[in-house]
Amino acid sequence: MATTPASIIGRAVPRIDGPLKTSGTAKYSSDHNFPNMVYAVPVCSTIGKGRIRRLDSSAAEVMPGVVRVYRHGKVPPIYRPIPHDRTARIDESRPPFEDERIYYNGQYVALAVADSYEHAKAAAGAVKVEYDAETPNVSLDLSDGFNDSMQEESKRGDVDAAFASAPVKIDETYVTPVETHNPIELHASVATWDGSRFVLYETTQAVMNHQAVMAQMLGVPRENVQIVMKFLGSGFGGKLWPWPQAMLAAVAARDLNRPVKLVIDRSMMFTCAGHRPRTQQRIRLGATPDGKLVSLEHDYANHSSISTVGHFRENCGEATPFLYSTPNLRVRSNVVDRNVGTPTPMRGPGAVPGLFALESGIDELAIKLKMDPVQFRLMNEPKLDESKGMPFSSRHLKECLTQGAEKFGWSAYKPEIGSMRRGDITLGWGVASCSWIAGRGACKATLSLRDDGTARIACATQDIGTGTYTVFAQVVSEKTGLPLHKIDVVLGNSSLPPGPTSGGSMVTGTVIPAIIQAADAAIRQLLTVATTASDTPFQNRKPEELVLTEGRIQLKSDAASAVPFETILKRANIRTAEGEGNSGPNSTDPQLRNYSFHSFGAHFLEVEWDAGIARLRVSRVVTVIDVGRIVNLKAARNQVEGAIVMGVGMGMLERTIYDPRNGRPVNNNVADYLMATNADCPEIDVTFLDYPDKLLNEVGARGVGEIGLAGVAAAITNATYHATGVRVRELPIRLETLMEQEKGSTTRRA
Amino acid sequence: MIDFALSRASSPAEASEQAAKSKTAQQGAQVRYVAGGTTLIDLMKLDVETPVRVVDINRLELARTERQPDGSLRIGAMVRNADLAHDPNVVRDYPVLSQGLLSGATGQLRNMATTGGNLLQRTRCSYFRDLAYAECNKRTPGSGCSAIGGHNRTHAILGTSEHCIATHPSDMAVAMMALEARIHILNGQSEREVPIGEFYLLPGNTPNLENVLKPGDLITYVTLPPPVAGARSHYLKLRDRASYEFALASAAVVIHVDGERIRKARIAFGGVGTRPWRSPEAEHALEGKAADEATFRAAADAALRNAKPQRDNAFKVELAKRCLIRALTTVTT
Ligand SMILES: Cc1cc2nc3c(=O)[nH]c(=O)nc-3n(C[C@H](O)[C@H](O)[C@H](O)COP(=O)(O)OP(=O)(O)OC[C@H]3O[C@@H](n4cnc5c(N)ncnc54)[C@H](O)[C@@H]3O)c2cc1C
Repeated sequence: MATTPASIIGRAVPRIDGPLKTSGTAKYSSDHNFPNMVYAVPVCSTIGKGRIRRLDSSAAEVMPGVVRVYRHGKVPPIYRPIPHDRTARIDESRPPFEDERIYYNGQYVALAVADSYEHAKAAAGAVKVEYDAETPNVSLDLSDGFNDSMQEESKRGDVDAAFASAPVKIDETYVTPVETHNPIELHASVATWDGSRFVLYETTQAVMNHQAVMAQMLGVPRENVQIVMKFLGSGFGGKLWPWPQAMLAAVAARDLNRPVKLVIDRSMMFTCAGHRPRTQQRIRLGATPDGKLVSLEHDYANHSSISTVGHFRENCGEATPFLYSTPNLRVRSNVVDRNVGTPTPMRGPGAVPGLFALESGIDELAIKLKMDPVQFRLMNEPKLDESKGMPFSSRHLKECLTQGAEKFGWSAYKPEIGSMRRGDITLGWGVASCSWIAGRGACKATLSLRDDGTARIACATQDIGTGTYTVFAQVVSEKTGLPLHKIDVVLGNSSLPPGPTSGGSMVTGTVIPAIIQAADAAIRQLLTVATTASDTPFQNRKPEELVLTEGRIQLKSDAASAVPFETILKRANIRTAEGEGNSGPNSTDPQLRNYSFHSFGAHFLEVEWDAGIARLRVSRVVTVIDVGRIVNLKAARNQVEGAIVMGVGMGMLERTIYDPRNGRPVNNNVADYLMATNADCPEIDVTFLDYPDKLLNEVGARGVGEIGLAGVAAAITNATYHATGVRVRELPIRLETLMEQEKGSTTRRA
Repeated sequence: MIDFALSRASSPAEASEQAAKSKTAQQGAQVRYVAGGTTLIDLMKLDVETPVRVVDINRLELARTERQPDGSLRIGAMVRNADLAHDPNVVRDYPVLSQGLLSGATGQLRNMATTGGNLLQRTRCSYFRDLAYAECNKRTPGSGCSAIGGHNRTHAILGTSEHCIATHPSDMAVAMMALEARIHILNGQSEREVPIGEFYLLPGNTPNLENVLKPGDLITYVTLPPPVAGARSHYLKLRDRASYEFALASAAVVIHVDGERIRKARIAFGGVGTRPWRSPEAEHALEGKAADEATFRAAADAALRNAKPQRDNAFKVELAKRCLIRALTTVTT
């Protein structure tokens, strides 16, 4: 697509759905209400492992307004989903109430349904549950995963021999804690049933997947399930796949023949709706004295729920195989069972914890080599993806590093610990690279040009708060010349042409080709109408002689012939001209199969350390990102800035704490679960390199939603080491660690 | 949350009369006043507080801050934390209070929270707040303490007992401790005044009893004694994040340096005690001494000498010391 300087692609276009959100008229899933609706409140287990001995709901059932109490043995069938079905993904695959066993603390054991939320909540509180409790395994040490059952994920050369003989090496273990998704919008399901079909209003990042899973678990044909999600109060991956509350709401709606609303509360977000799992990662690196990486080994384990409940692998080696040049490399992984709820992807799954470990290790090795950490990275930049022996579609990590260094003022970097100061404050500087996969999935979209002069683009994907509505409108505007306010973007409904999951930063890259095709097809149809309808200036012309510019049809040769397209449609008595477009996955495209698609970036970061009061704060971040061409500068900047703030939380604050005795989350609310506040936000400077990746799609856009989070935590711990001499290998950084170890760190190395 | 009756009091005496029907003014009270509601409603939603009657005191004319003829400052119980923090008299004469208030909670909460409610806010102990734990001596006397042996990073290190280690969370009350505020209480027609130093109880064997209030007691005012000429004050709060977090350690200092010597010092800590923690030990170590680092350190050591850390909060001993030293350094330079 030719993008002229006047092009709307790349502009900082405000969200087209902004007014709806700021005026409170955007309808989120839990905002749907229906006559005769009832409310459901789950009862959660208070033990971490064992079985239900007795569950007595008799008192609850006779309380005011109570309609029903469901539990194991007293619930309509909920089926298991088909294992490994890529079109019906779910992490917690155990249907709620399947058996009487308790696998994790907070697990749903009953559901009270009543005529009001308050009545249902009171009834849930009155359900008496007795347990045979066992001691849950919530051990934080994941060493039990480091054994022969580790799975090899990537391998080249002979890493054992290379590491053994490497002149300079490091061998360290890094730990990331459980992080809980805390979008403001709680998980919610409003289920309706009309006697044969379900319409389910869900908090989902994937309406198509949700439809497939629900059909399997409810035991009905797919076409009998419709999923609606118009606006999401954010998801961060936590809303990719269905969670047990969705099935409970749906079976209750069918059973009672009444609409059911089930909004989980904040404490349930910490147990029954996924989390980023704890990881333990061993990094072994070997280098020559002049700084050439000769060996890279990344072994890791993550915790998951007991496998009958669900199984989740956190792909910590996502970026490890191709980030650096090294002849010898091995990545191995394992998953260990714990009595916790099932983990699920969180923004940048795998790469984010993985790059904390890898980018910390690289920093430690550079320090050991007495090399500048930026130089060390530049020296080990690969020419191609060495794990696959393929060229990158577009990789500009070197430029991210050099431009970032320049903007940050890295030339003033003094490597001695604690040597840089601002007044009484010690400064620490750190750098880390980041990466995230790029790609394209399968997608259909339809575009209609209507006789009222507007266009409608439809696709069963979703805007999860990131700006997808706006990006769609921009691409349609670019193709048709229509202004944004004349473009209806219709998403978030499984009845629309099937679109992608909002995950993996794939939506933009995936849908652009489909929209472009759909627009081309619709315009072709329109121009055909123009040449066939009577009473138009273009009658008996060939469609090839015509063109649609700025919403007007004209002869290519004569701008003065332009007529608004709706005039032509009206004269032809045709309501809409339509076109359909398709995208396919890059992985199966023969043209693209031999390229490696990834995005890259670099963070330069400053911390302020006030040793006297053990106060550490992130003060400044400069980030340079290479995600192909930017479609909407405002939305893209917003994504990366938001991700950096989340990275500050990851590095400094976030962790879900489980009581060691019973596996119950201790800080299960947004006051005690610490995330970055406005006051914690550093000064952030984001630059996009904006090199189009034309192999991925015509615009050259890759996704931008996740990459900004990767690497931030490592940049923080690297900077913290520079300021304090304390190397933090377990997140988040805690002031007690700094206080204790700074006192003890007598060996102040450069 | 269970059903409760809501009534609105039109005068302090009437409010007191309604509350007098409660068997206790402590944990388990059947009647509760609601001021800003930021503590009470939160705990009612968790079923930790289960009053059968809630008496709304928001219409009572107790929302003014006035200088008294004797130079003291009288603060109405219904003065919002945000208003008090920005009151010109407070900003000028009692900076420790203004800073303490502004370090607490968030702008939204401070707009609701009141002076009386803040004094009486309950602990943030997770085990107190979570009914899944049967063992909580504060909720159910004699049941045990889940925090001892649980995750207790944020718990108290001073004033604890084997029955309770819950931290008193208030910042405002800590500043008021250092200011030696007096609490005015109305009960029916009778009034009394309690120095804040005598208002809060140690947990001991009865962690369910947190203060001296009896059924029917209504806090009407808090008075701050006239500012000491030449004294300076400061509040420093240390925590993981830059805002919206209870103190891991905080220090309120009011200090009068006369030439080289410290003439008078009033020191209180937050985030480390089972009640807002006045430290006579620190005051004693400061008064009559030179205002220098050695003195400050000695005061900090004295203040924390009897600290009893739990498994996860040993760092608070050192953190509280550093907090006091920095607060004293800031206010004397
Ligand atoms: C998420 C969160 C974070 C917070 N962070 C902080 C913090 O960092 N620092 C801090 O200091 N505080 C913090 N707070 C606590 C906050 O300051 C208190 O909730 C608030 O001050 C309570 O005031 P209120 O008027 O809302 O009290 P209410 O909830 O209305 O009342 C609290 C109690 O006091 C009683 N009461 C109220 N007024 C009177 C009266 N006049 N006489 C007798 N009894 C009365 C009520 O019956 C009730 O038992 C936080 C609170 C929350 C929810």
